[in-house]
Amino acid sequence: MARKPSDFKVADVYADWCPGCGDFGIMNGLQMAFADLGLEPHQIVLVSGIGCSGKEPHNVKCYGVHTLHGRTLPFAMGIKAANPNLEVVAIGGDGDGLGIGAGHFVNAGRRDLDMTYIIHNNGVYGLTKGQASPTLRRDVQTKALPRPNINDPVNPIGLALISGFTFAARSYAHDVRHLRDTIKQGVQHKGMAFIECLQPCPSYNNITTKAWYSGEDRKDAQGKPQSRLYKLDEAGFDPVVKDWSEDFKRKVAALEKAQEWGDRIPIGVFYKNELEPTFQERYSKRIPFYISKPPAKQKLCDDNGYSHVDLTQFLEELKTS
Amino acid sequence: MVIKSVNWMAGGPQGSGVDTAANIFGRACGYGGLWVFGRREYHSNIKGLHSYFHLRMSKDEILANINDVDLLAAFDAETVVRHLTEVVPNGGIIVDAKEMDTKVLGIPTLPPEFKVEIRKFMEENGVGETVSDWLDFAKKSNVQVFPVPYTKLLNEIGQKLGIEKISKITRMINVLTIGVSFALFKFDRELAEKAVRVTFAEKGKIAEMNVTALNYAYSYAEETFQDPFKHRLEKLPLSEERVFLTGNQAVAMGKVLGGCRVQTYYPITPAADESEYLEAHEILKTSGEDESVLVIQTEDEIAAINSASGACLAGARAATSTSGPGFSLMVEGLSWAGNNEVPVVVTYYQRGAPATGLPTRQGQGDLRFVMHAGHGEFPRVVLASGDIKECFYDAAKVFNYAEKYQVPAIHLLDKAMANCSQTFPVFDYGKFKIDRGQILAENDLDGKEYRRFQFTETGVSPRVFLGTKNTLNWYTGDEHNETGHISEEPLNRRLMMEKRMKKLDLIKKETPMEDKFALFGDLNSENIVVSWGSPKGAIREALNMLKEEGLSAGFLQARMLVPFPAEDIRKVLQGKKRVIDIEHNYCGQLGEVVKEQTGIAPNFHILKYTGRPMTATEVHSALKHILTDKAAENERQVLMFGS
Repeated sequence: MARKPSDFKVADVYADWCPGCGDFGIMNGLQMAFADLGLEPHQIVLVSGIGCSGKEPHNVKCYGVHTLHGRTLPFAMGIKAANPNLEVVAIGGDGDGLGIGAGHFVNAGRRDLDMTYIIHNNGVYGLTKGQASPTLRRDVQTKALPRPNINDPVNPIGLALISGFTFAARSYAHDVRHLRDTIKQGVQHKGMAFIECLQPCPSYNNITTKAWYSGEDRKDAQGKPQSRLYKLDEAGFDPVVKDWSEDFKRKVAALEKAQEWGDRIPIGVFYKNELEPTFQERYSKRIPFYISKPPAKQKLCDDNGYSHVDLTQFLEELKTS
Repeated sequence: MVIKSVNWMAGGPQGSGVDTAANIFGRACGYGGLWVFGRREYHSNIKGLHSYFHLRMSKDEILANINDVDLLAAFDAETVVRHLTEVVPNGGIIVDAKEMDTKVLGIPTLPPEFKVEIRKFMEENGVGETVSDWLDFAKKSNVQVFPVPYTKLLNEIGQKLGIEKISKITRMINVLTIGVSFALFKFDRELAEKAVRVTFAEKGKIAEMNVTALNYAYSYAEETFQDPFKHRLEKLPLSEERVFLTGNQAVAMGKVLGGCRVQTYYPITPAADESEYLEAHEILKTSGEDESVLVIQTEDEIAAINSASGACLAGARAATSTSGPGFSLMVEGLSWAGNNEVPVVVTYYQRGAPATGLPTRQGQGDLRFVMHAGHGEFPRVVLASGDIKECFYDAAKVFNYAEKYQVPAIHLLDKAMANCSQTFPVFDYGKFKIDRGQILAENDLDGKEYRRFQFTETGVSPRVFLGTKNTLNWYTGDEHNETGHISEEPLNRRLMMEKRMKKLDLIKKETPMEDKFALFGDLNSENIVVSWGSPKGAIREALNMLKEEGLSAGFLQARMLVPFPAEDIRKVLQGKKRVIDIEHNYCGQLGEVVKEQTGIAPNFHILKYTGRPMTATEVHSALKHILTDKAAENERQVLMFGS
């Protein structure tokens, strides 16, 4: 059955983001992507952390798990590992995933579960009123900061690449079609996909605003704004690793692209490698029935409730007779 | 009944095979129909520092360890120094002949604060500075000394096996010690051989090399030590099937019996052994089909509890296993699980704390922490085991409590239980029933409205696993309405708090007495002991010893600590003249809880916080001190035994 984005709208929840918030765009992007992918709401689990981004699941009609600050990935991992047949999409803010949850970010790359992780990158902690997030650049003073930011930023795409994510992409909350397509690619990717979604915060980030991204401050001779964002595919960038021999080259090229910022900011797919076996594939080699009978689907007991485990394999090794 | 036992101890530097030796020794005794109880002590260190294993053997079931050592097998000089005074009169010490002239104070692994004690001991007893001087002191109590030239024996064995480099076989000193020990005990050589073969079963040639070494040492001792050793180990016909296992293993088996299918962990002592053991047995056999337990080593304990909670939401029975420092990191996740009524199970092995504390040693200092951990108020179950049988069944049972009442549940254990090795009759586990509580599936939901956190009479609302067709629901760490969306409405908040919290009353009402507490000893006595966890065995054995001396006391072993069965416990303690609290902590935490919840304050305390488990010997003498009116009211006796 063909799905429409409206099938993923929640009727009785008021989306309480500020007017003009990029979270609306991301919500739309998720709903459109899920519809295009032909998924049914019950097949999807949307997992989030804390902050404005954490509220996304309440506004998307699918199973929603709004977790703790920084812990979206551990929850998502547990869900996906227990039932690999679910479509798990984890989302979180930049502070959530790159500050308090940075350890999980790095380790999610190593584990390579077949799921998608989207970071909302707006440079600030919005819900606590505008402190600097780990992606805010040094010496920048957004409006709620008492002093300019003293720290250097982390590079989300770069960190994803060296942590082992097999898909790294960037999109923009106000280019919903691009975002939709990027999310679709992330979900369809075999392996752990990371998507950085650039997002203005109209309330607390007065530096990288929607106007800044769209280049209102740099108009051409005809008075047309020159967007700072450009699309990697249109620039002829090929992110796909087709053979292991080219993996290093592609990774280095992606890292190089990830350094670009300021007047030219690339969006699109930086790196994609489906040659790497996923966690599910690795584990299935040990447990052949892992996908057909994952932990969440095992019966545990007979029809009368008696545990049906046979402990002989344990006890034989320990017997004294 | 007072248990008569033969007690063997092996000690040496960490990494020298003390554990393996004890395993072989215990197994061999198990094959010989004996009951075995082993206590393992080790430093937080990989190689070099002192470790030892105390094994107790008897024709009767053993409940605890004791102070006595009948035969001490010392791999090195430090073992002699550390344990000399534990050897009973007429006992024996096997010692490396080359250590005789070693100067005790020159042993590099002895910490300065211990040297102070040694100097004092030497002064007070007129003991000289060499190992030989120390052994002479022991000989005054008729202790027999058996010097064994390990290097010479290894050379000879090396020649026999065609191995030139002795360094390749120095590890076999542990097996030589066993050979000598069993020869002295006149124990069946074949059973020892069998234990060596089973222990090294997966190591090919090494098994036979060790059998050769064992026999060589056995014959050497038979020929060399003509003066007969006064203690014997005699094999008995084995009347039932038994296993020789550790607490960690009992818990792991209990967990899979109870339906655990996802286990997450971050490496920590003394919990990690359980997860590794599970992973080694990840494919489970069932009466019908293959099932499995997925073991995930996470990046930290925060990820461990939260991914276990995620697995629970997806429909698996999931647990994590840790000790104090790890649980400290899990606390926020526990609160989330409480708020979202997630049946996640935490297996918690206490050790000496605070901070890193005594990472490889015993402690029970986390009771209050576990009862209250997590911000805010939410229901939980805390179930504490006291012996290896409870370790097994509680590990299974705790999943039923978690799922039936949809609460996080903590199975509280300690290092002494985790690392004890003992023989035990094969668990009769066929009758264990799984109760998953109220779960709705796709077919139950067709066309019906479903709300995950629906307000109900009992507070328990049916669960639906993530991915179930015909409905959807949400979870959030914020306060939420019945569908799981964020709500800050005062009335909803009140109802939701009451929905969750009233489950505690339901649990209290439905929990069978055997899970609330266990009672032992003379309950009509005016004296009663209250305790929990691993001191159980030492207390039971001490009470048996006291009974023979005409002294009596009852014993209440608290098991379910949250919800605390205050009224039932009050009834047991009411009117007692002496309420004696026994625990491995400084504050007497259970005593405090009992006082707070029942209004009855324990008036005597026996406490131990040295990191070493209580022995029946010392619990017996501390209780005797109280029961013979030698203790002042409210006196705290602090136990000190153990190196």
